Amino acid sequence: MWYLCVFYHRLLDYRKPEVESLADLFGAFEDKRRPGNRVLQWRLPQHHHPDSPFYFVDLPSEDVAKNVANRSILVKGIYELWGEGGSYEELEEAVKSYPDERKLPYLGSESTFKITVDSFGKVMSLLEQNERIRGLSYISFKGRVNLKNPDHNFWLMETDDIATNNGLPPVAQRRIFFGREVGGADRKLLPTYQLKSRNYLGPTAMDAEMAFLMANQAQAAPGKLVYDPFVGTGSILVSAAHFGAMTMGADIDIRVVRDGRGPDRNVWSNFKQYGLPMPIALLRADNNLPPWRPGLKEVFDAIICDPPYGVRAGGRKSGGRKLLKGVIGPYTVPDDKRADHIPSTAPYSLAECVHDLLDLAARMLVIGGRLVFFYPVSREEDSCEDHFPEHPCFELVATSEQILSSRYSRVLLTMVKTSSYTEELALAAWMKHLEFKANHSKWLEEGKNLHSSVFSPAETEQRIKAQI
Amino acid sequence: MRLLTHNMLSSNIKGVTNGFPLKIEVEKVVEKQVEINHDFLRNIFPKIDWKAFSDAARTMGYVELPEQAPDPSVLESDLDFLTKFHHALLELHLEEGALVCPETGRKFPVNKGIPNMLLHEDEV
Repeated sequence: MWYLCVFYHRLLDYRKPEVESLADLFGAFEDKRRPGNRVLQWRLPQHHHPDSPFYFVDLPSEDVAKNVANRSILVKGIYELWGEGGSYEELEEAVKSYPDERKLPYLGSESTFKITVDSFGKVMSLLEQNERIRGLSYISFKGRVNLKNPDHNFWLMETDDIATNNGLPPVAQRRIFFGREVGGADRKLLPTYQLKSRNYLGPTAMDAEMAFLMANQAQAAPGKLVYDPFVGTGSILVSAAHFGAMTMGADIDIRVVRDGRGPDRNVWSNFKQYGLPMPIALLRADNNLPPWRPGLKEVFDAIICDPPYGVRAGGRKSGGRKLLKGVIGPYTVPDDKRADHIPSTAPYSLAECVHDLLDLAARMLVIGGRLVFFYPVSREEDSCEDHFPEHPCFELVATSEQILSSRYSRVLLTMVKTSSYTEELALAAWMKHLEFKANHSKWLEEGKNLHSSVFSPAETEQRIKAQI
Repeated sequence: MRLLTHNMLSSNIKGVTNGFPLKIEVEKVVEKQVEINHDFLRNIFPKIDWKAFSDAARTMGYVELPEQAPDPSVLESDLDFLTKFHHALLELHLEEGALVCPETGRKFPVNKGIPNMLLHEDEV
């Protein structure tokens, strides 16, 4: 059935993927025989720009529509449309011809209701709103009005016909919608979880809205285990835990995962603050040399992370020695110093980091599990999907760009594991690992730093392609 | 560190071929309550190396687990088993201690419940 889906007018690229991920989570694609197809049918209202907050979407049932809308972050509401038109006369005609058997169950005398008037692209005074509501008298509302907690919410939404230059997408023609609300996002989550009231923060903590979007892309849910290999202060896992998932995180910096800034300002306290279950495990480990036992595979339902790609925090991996007088000498830790020794770390290039991440995910995710991570993209040349890393075990299901500056943006990639990790893949990954290791000091001496590997996408792409 | 984590970790020092299971040196064990989730337990059960798991539980002072891996059917019927499995897997915590590489004897410290699995420069 077709529903009207109205979005909050922000993070435009993230809107449809969120709805599609949630639709998949709530079983919208279970009946379809085409595996791997997790795409919904979308339709724009007449003459609307693709950036429009108004869309029609085909969902299999009202239950799915309700679950998707209530769990989402960017859906203002999903509505059963009773009528639309370019004018109030057209709307009246449409609503009147909408079948009674769809309308009457929601108009009965024993139910309560509320009508909200909303406009996009202009402000409507209270007087105008009341006028619009009175104009709906042709609908036979029998129930009582309840503004606080109504059984049924009706919405009258209007888009302006003037394409003003106010930053909103141009709407060529006035359009009016009337419908019954099926569900909508709980945006109260965002002030509750906002970073400024978080006890323990790092410089790269993920903002609450984005963290929730990532958890939705990953389909975090009760009974699932979610892993973040670059956990930091835990901001991504907090959102996964909010949706009921068990969480696990690792970081190379022991001060972050173990100590924080004291007893009540650490990763654990970030979960305690919201009454969420603590992570199942936090450990200090290196994504480049993960300490998982051989043979362990398919344990995580999702891996969500914001890899360190060197813009706000550079990646580190173990095994490095700083260049001393231009050479890297062999290094042995004296026996009496071993217990308290703090190993030095080496820079971790984006290409190597993404390679390790995909390899880890290919091995450790269950089939159908999701890998959700940010990938930096230079905006200075035309970037297309070819630039994104690929892996034979994964299917890329969504890419959502967030522009950060005139020079670069970050893209949230959502990948679904569609085939299992084979011995050959493991071997190829290990060879690549050795190659990175062998060339590491050479790259260091050549002065190839993180920045250059982030901002020369062609080279990054070649390296990533070469490894597959 | 919970025993689920212990069951997943191994020593990955260069040249070590048999880094699993890590021996547990106990200094302090605490119990932390976790809400039981049967679906999660059923999903994770086939991934557990049972011998390493029940040995580790005994090292931590919990002797209620069978030595042999039970038939997966107990997960459907035996609530008592689920409760014990849950307790050992998720509620026993190694707060202070170490994980010891079975091959080299290298100790990976566990402080404040966080295992430090990072290798020294000459181990990678």
